Amino acid sequence: MIRLEKINKSYRSGNTALHVLRDVDLHIAPGEFVSIMGSSGSGKSTLLNVLGILDRYDSGQYLLDGQLVKGLGEREAARYRNRFIGFVFQAFNLLPFKTALENVALPLYYQGVARRARNALALEYLDRVGLRERADHLPNELSGGERQRVAVARALITRPKLLLADEPTGALDTETSYRLMELFGELHRDGLTIVIVTHEHDIAERTERTIRMRDGKVTAEVA
Amino acid sequence: MILEAAREILSALRHNKLRTFLTALSVAWGTFMLTLLLGAGRGLENGVTWEFRDDAVASIWVRPSQTSLPYAGRRPGRDVRFSNDDLEVVDRLAGVEHASGRFYYWGQLSVARGSRRASFDIRGVHPDHRHLERTEITHGRFLNDRDVVEGRKVAVIGSEVRKMLFAEHEEPIGEYIEIRGLSYLVVGVFEDQGGQDEQRKIYVPISTAQAVYREPGRLHHLLFTLTTEDVATSQRIADTMLTLLMERHDVHPDDRRAIRIQNNLERFGKITEVFTWIRAFVWIVGCGTLLAGVIGVGNILLISVAERTKEIGIRKALGATPFSIVGMILVEGLVITVTSGYAGVVLGVGVLALVSNAIPAAPFFRNPGVDLEIALGAVALLALSGALAGLVPALRAARVDPMVALREGD
Repeated sequence: MIRLEKINKSYRSGNTALHVLRDVDLHIAPGEFVSIMGSSGSGKSTLLNVLGILDRYDSGQYLLDGQLVKGLGEREAARYRNRFIGFVFQAFNLLPFKTALENVALPLYYQGVARRARNALALEYLDRVGLRERADHLPNELSGGERQRVAVARALITRPKLLLADEPTGALDTETSYRLMELFGELHRDGLTIVIVTHEHDIAERTERTIRMRDGKVTAEVA
Repeated sequence: MILEAAREILSALRHNKLRTFLTALSVAWGTFMLTLLLGAGRGLENGVTWEFRDDAVASIWVRPSQTSLPYAGRRPGRDVRFSNDDLEVVDRLAGVEHASGRFYYWGQLSVARGSRRASFDIRGVHPDHRHLERTEITHGRFLNDRDVVEGRKVAVIGSEVRKMLFAEHEEPIGEYIEIRGLSYLVVGVFEDQGGQDEQRKIYVPISTAQAVYREPGRLHHLLFTLTTEDVATSQRIADTMLTLLMERHDVHPDDRRAIRIQNNLERFGKITEVFTWIRAFVWIVGCGTLLAGVIGVGNILLISVAERTKEIGIRKALGATPFSIVGMILVEGLVITVTSGYAGVVLGVGVLALVSNAIPAAPFFRNPGVDLEIALGAVALLALSGALAGLVPALRAARVDPMVALREGD
């Protein structure tokens, strides 16, 4: 599903260049459930940005489902993100003035799906994360765990090839975190490819494989 | 899809009610003021046009006076006297349409009919005079050529004269009125847009007036209408006229006092020119006000974009293209400016209508209002300025990095 080959990325600030990713090689097979761990500054966030087509890389190759992702214009990048990748964020990132249903339906709006159709589908996905009856609530009327489930439903609605989660449990208590991981587990059993960035060991343990990063390099892979 | 976009935008606007309201207010104020100014300008214009409604605009009036320079062996201070011949000669000039002389009875004269009696101005004129004063005959007829040729004692009276000398049910045509001991047959009644004063006049044939005063052929005033509406052409005709009359009366070519010429078209043209400037001024001031409103919208949208960086980042992460973000902000600006601006125009038109009804028509100000053309122009201007207001914020929004969606906090 994901094939990174000798990815390099550096940020320039003034005269000094910060080499954030150094020759990163990474293979993730379809249907894998993977976590990426590392301390802050290890490059794991940048790696996630590259995987999510939110940021460019300097050299190397990124193949997503066999397609080369390189030097995309903003429009194409937006289209790839919309079609191929579902995002789950630490801060949930729901739009506060939209209901749960409208939040879930939003990616379909950018695909040009008609309102009725996308709302029907959004309701289906809310049902799948167990929040059907909360469809008409605004985010601030939902608990943290519920919000993150809405975010997961939103990430799934475009039937992405890849679910990217950035510290998805960072703002949740332990019990809620575990319940979210159970949901991810179910999605994994349904065949979805999932990559989670986390710094919590107990979360990483609940994935199939953990990739450790340090100083911009992949240091170890734990099966 | 347009409906979809509208939904997105409305929800964003509803989310920031106060801000949206304040922005809308500033734009509405701008268009309201623009409309008021334009309406007031129009009122001023209508007022002045009204002042000119009385007489033919394309006309030249010539009045003789005293010479101020010696010429051809003649002393200064001599009275210039016009005659029927002068009128005929000038009437033959190219560009002259109708011509009439005037012979004034001195002062207001007491006019009697039976026991009724009142004082009026009496003018001896040619039949073509009605074109010069825009005289409207309501009963009978105006003076004709035979009246002049035969020196008939006939009179055409103004509607005010009729009111004073005749009872309401009395038919004035065929009745006699008495001026300075002579009887005149009333042949017509007229109205004049010049108001009551102009309707207090009595017209008699020029030849009759000249005979009464024993000054055959004498004219006090020469009046002409022109075939042109062009100011420059009228000025050439006036110059030709003046030169011709000066030669006929041995007036020094540099003598500015001997013959007074009044070109109404030129006067009207000057005022029209002033109005062009006033109109330009109004647009500049109005557009300035509008511009301030638009800049306000632009600013608020900029703030809005800054506040919504996170939201825009999330939208982009979820697949919003830069184009769709630009569209979103642009249309937001358009929606605010066009709806509030339109409301301002409507309000302005309403206030103008109220003012127009409430205050009486004053000299030089009447019927303020804006026509559809100008209202549509203002709305088009609004649409343009709305797009302009949204442009900078929209481009800034399009540059928002989707990575902000990943950052923690806020």
